[in-house]
Amino acid sequence: MPFRGWIVCADLDTDKWAGQRMAVDPLIELRDVNKYYGNLHVLQDINLTVGRGEVVVVIGPSGSGKSTLCRVINRLETIESGSIVLDGHPLPDEGKELAGLRAEVGMVFQSFNLFAHKTVLANVSLAQTKVRKRKKEEADKRSRELLERVGLADQADKYPAQLSGGQQQRVAIARALAMNPQALLFDEPTSALDPEMINEVLEVMRRLAAEGMTMVVVTHEMGFARSAANRVVFMADGKIIEDRTPEAFFTAPESDRARDFLSKILKH
Amino acid sequence: MDVLTENFSLYAKGFLGTLELTVYASLLALALGFVMASFRVAPIGSLRVVGAVWVNVLRNTPLTLLFFAVLLGLPRFGLVLPFQLFAVLALGCYTSAFICEVLRSGINTVPKGQGEAARSLGMSFTQTLGAVVLPQAFRSVIPPIGSTLIALAKNSAIAGAFSVTELLGTYKPLNEMGYSIIWTFVWIAVGYLIITLSISALFNVLEKRWGVAR
Repeated sequence: MPFRGWIVCADLDTDKWAGQRMAVDPLIELRDVNKYYGNLHVLQDINLTVGRGEVVVVIGPSGSGKSTLCRVINRLETIESGSIVLDGHPLPDEGKELAGLRAEVGMVFQSFNLFAHKTVLANVSLAQTKVRKRKKEEADKRSRELLERVGLADQADKYPAQLSGGQQQRVAIARALAMNPQALLFDEPTSALDPEMINEVLEVMRRLAAEGMTMVVVTHEMGFARSAANRVVFMADGKIIEDRTPEAFFTAPESDRARDFLSKILKH
Repeated sequence: MDVLTENFSLYAKGFLGTLELTVYASLLALALGFVMASFRVAPIGSLRVVGAVWVNVLRNTPLTLLFFAVLLGLPRFGLVLPFQLFAVLALGCYTSAFICEVLRSGINTVPKGQGEAARSLGMSFTQTLGAVVLPQAFRSVIPPIGSTLIALAKNSAIAGAFSVTELLGTYKPLNEMGYSIIWTFVWIAVGYLIITLSISALFNVLEKRWGVAR
């Protein structure tokens, strides 16, 4: 497996990790991030650093703020306080600059969100021509390469509704990759899929992780967390409770909250 | 039947007048409505206010009053144009408020995730709206836009009261010449039907071609 950056721990025991943190090249940094939905404090003083090449899996009970965490990173949700830094640049307000930064951070959604009126090929090519200003032939060529990579080269001319959920999600991953992003955010990418389609999507994600893509993955797939993640971030009630290696987290969770969560999901 | 054959050129003139008013005002209404709908969903607050004020003022003003305001008001500010152009302005602006709301409801039928996906790929607001949201909204707004334009065709009759040549106004000279009022109006109605049914047919074709829910 190629080099994937160091394992960092952002907000727990500082001394223990000080050595490793020096070596890390942080790509995504969240500092004291707070977000409210009305009175609901969904993100509470979140501190998280994701190094270049790192795969961070975010798990936790529903309503714990993990999806919101994922969505604030490319500002699909605004935050009330704190700072988010991407590749050394603070996340700007709405406008051209923000669009430029978003192009660097791909996002894969739970509900795929493929453009329903465009073919699979056009879905992958659209933003390449509009944002990266590639010529149509060049964009289509890259799209076909990426579709080949996710195993869907033969579906290029179909419309999203003609594909299965797993196929749609793989197209969505190809679409995000087409922008040559520095990082990918996955917001529960397999939660809307039939069990037999989950694996084909996870397989693509595992390959990306192995190739050194920086990934933040919100998921309930513990198998993926164990096998592909550098770090597991456990969230509950808007706070990061634990931030550790998968091995350490799954074998010996430190907090009661995490123990309780794991006992519920690993039982069956 | 005589009333039509004997006064065909009068009818034709009126028919063409109504047709012109309808076509030009429709184009203006579609363009303005499109701009205002973009304003109403824009991420910039001041644009949203402009859109909301435009819609609420025009939609809530009686069309006749609007004609008075445009035809009698604007010349006072030194803007003197042919009456037909004034009528197109009044009709077009009035209808644009309805078109705007139809487009906005169409935009609301497009799932939020479509726009989010486009934005997450780095597309700007205009690109997101133009390449992703509106093409999908377009499909669901074809029928109501057809209705709005048919209403516009019929509303154009008000222009006749402001000495613009149009179809309904032809009854006046015909009446003075002593023709039967019933047959005069029957042929006027046929003229309107030709225009409105053509609009219906056009939008049926558009719906067949584009209105497919995939």
